Amino acid sequence: MLDILKFKAPQQRDDIGKGRIEVKDVSITFGKGKSAYRATETTDITIEAGEFVCILGPSGCGKSTLLNAIAGYVEPSTGAVLVDGKEVRKPGPDRGMVFQQYSLLPWKTVYENVAFGPRMAGHSRTESGSTANTFLELVGLKKFGDRYPAELSGGMQQRVGIARALANYPSVLLMDEPFGALDAQTRLMMQESLLDIWRKFGTTVVFVTHDVDEAVFLADRVLIMSAAPGRIIEDVRIDLPRPRSTDMATEPAYMQARQHCLATIKAESRKSFESQNA
Amino acid sequence: MSQALKTTETPPVNATPEPAVVASPAPPPAGPTLRLPRISAAQLGNLGLVALSLTLGVLAWHLLTANNVDFYINFQNVPSPWRVFDAFVTHVQTGIFWTHIGVSMRRILISYSLACALGIGIGLVMGRSRLARALIMPYIEVVRPIPAVAWIPLAILMWPTEESSIIYITFLGALFPIVLNTLHGVEQTPEVLVRATQSLGASRWDVFRHVVIPAALPSIAAGLAIGMGVSWFSLLAGEIISGQYGIGYFTWNAYSLINYQDIVVGMLVIGFLGTGSTAAVKLLTAPMLAWQKRTR
Repeated sequence: MLDILKFKAPQQRDDIGKGRIEVKDVSITFGKGKSAYRATETTDITIEAGEFVCILGPSGCGKSTLLNAIAGYVEPSTGAVLVDGKEVRKPGPDRGMVFQQYSLLPWKTVYENVAFGPRMAGHSRTESGSTANTFLELVGLKKFGDRYPAELSGGMQQRVGIARALANYPSVLLMDEPFGALDAQTRLMMQESLLDIWRKFGTTVVFVTHDVDEAVFLADRVLIMSAAPGRIIEDVRIDLPRPRSTDMATEPAYMQARQHCLATIKAESRKSFESQNA
Repeated sequence: MSQALKTTETPPVNATPEPAVVASPAPPPAGPTLRLPRISAAQLGNLGLVALSLTLGVLAWHLLTANNVDFYINFQNVPSPWRVFDAFVTHVQTGIFWTHIGVSMRRILISYSLACALGIGIGLVMGRSRLARALIMPYIEVVRPIPAVAWIPLAILMWPTEESSIIYITFLGALFPIVLNTLHGVEQTPEVLVRATQSLGASRWDVFRHVVIPAALPSIAAGLAIGMGVSWFSLLAGEIISGQYGIGYFTWNAYSLINYQDIVVGMLVIGFLGTGSTAAVKLLTAPMLAWQKRTR
């Protein structure tokens, strides 16, 4: 049975962090000297605990780099990333990560993949297993536990990826274009499913995408990034009621937000396109 | 549990041909069923082809020797399959023949085990440490192309006993393919898997154990199979020049005694032992790669 108590939002629990993210004067430059490449301009963002924030930008603008800095894979060249006031120095289980694709361990079963995080946290095999089952049930894949990842469809694999990240009870869920490789129907289903999981689990979500519709549908706030080197050029609040459904796509508020983001991103994409061709 | 979560999505219609997306639940096990090893028609056909190919080969060998063909290549002194078979049957009944085989297999076992342990170890260290790689790689590059036979004089001078010099030469042959394949396998580790496990709380050691080693296993297994083959022909080089027993010594001795059918017996025994031991290595490494079978 699904243990509802376990899904108490991190904000209502006192045993883990709350998930407030501060990106303070962060800029990221790769390499040194002549070959140095500036991935992002100085950026300042505060994401409140429990917020669902989408980072939207043209491809190659550095949005994934910024996410990787929050995850701890990339060290900011200037400034610092703080999660609940603590500076991020390396990746950790408090920040769950969902990648675009193929990030499950192919030699472990679905069940073992989800139980991996709890095992690393030092929980017993039985305890980790029951956590894995709980989260596989949350994403509707409990009966696929003994399959290997490659035996599942792309969408199912991503749901396992989400379950795996959540099994550590992270205060922050970082998602790097997680539905980018899925077909359109599956993507819509996954978006609804993700909102449902988020409503139950209530963690802070930072979701990177280049898809305007996806960003507007999912987010409380859409942060629009400029062409490379990226910086946040707009912070758009999406005031659509929750729970959201795909039917809202025709509502004026949705259309207006979408139109606004689209215009901004279009201008940026053109800039990026022209600079690449220059 | 909400209904929305239970909706199973339609399998994505990808451009890339995914091997049969399994979206349907597994069929319920219907009581205890006896599972016989099934041989498919294709496998049966393959076996038939192998048998046909070998028969044709032996037939050609028979015809060439029976007719004493001398057309650029001279078959006049090559023993016929029947004479070789006769010689083989005679040898099988002697104890010394089995001693030769036993001694060779013991040498292979010792050298190969050493090469496995050291080869995988060195390969893993080189794959994870740039310093180790830079220090060790030049030696591998230079020593690897030196054929086993070229090592014989020095090996005899260096090692206290003939036995140890033979084992050294055999070991060296198996070592390089194992090191290089292990290194290659470690380098194949997908970075996204390393990152994914790091964000799940994995330490450096955990990453090594749960990501790097499993990712390298298919390549390591290939290296182990290649290494087994190479160890046989290194062993033979060692046994031909020095040693009193061993199937290589047996073959070389037959040549000294101008006993043609025994030369071929020796050669074929080596061939089958090499094939058999390589097959054994593949069989032993297969369970570690079971996940690959299910995902193809």
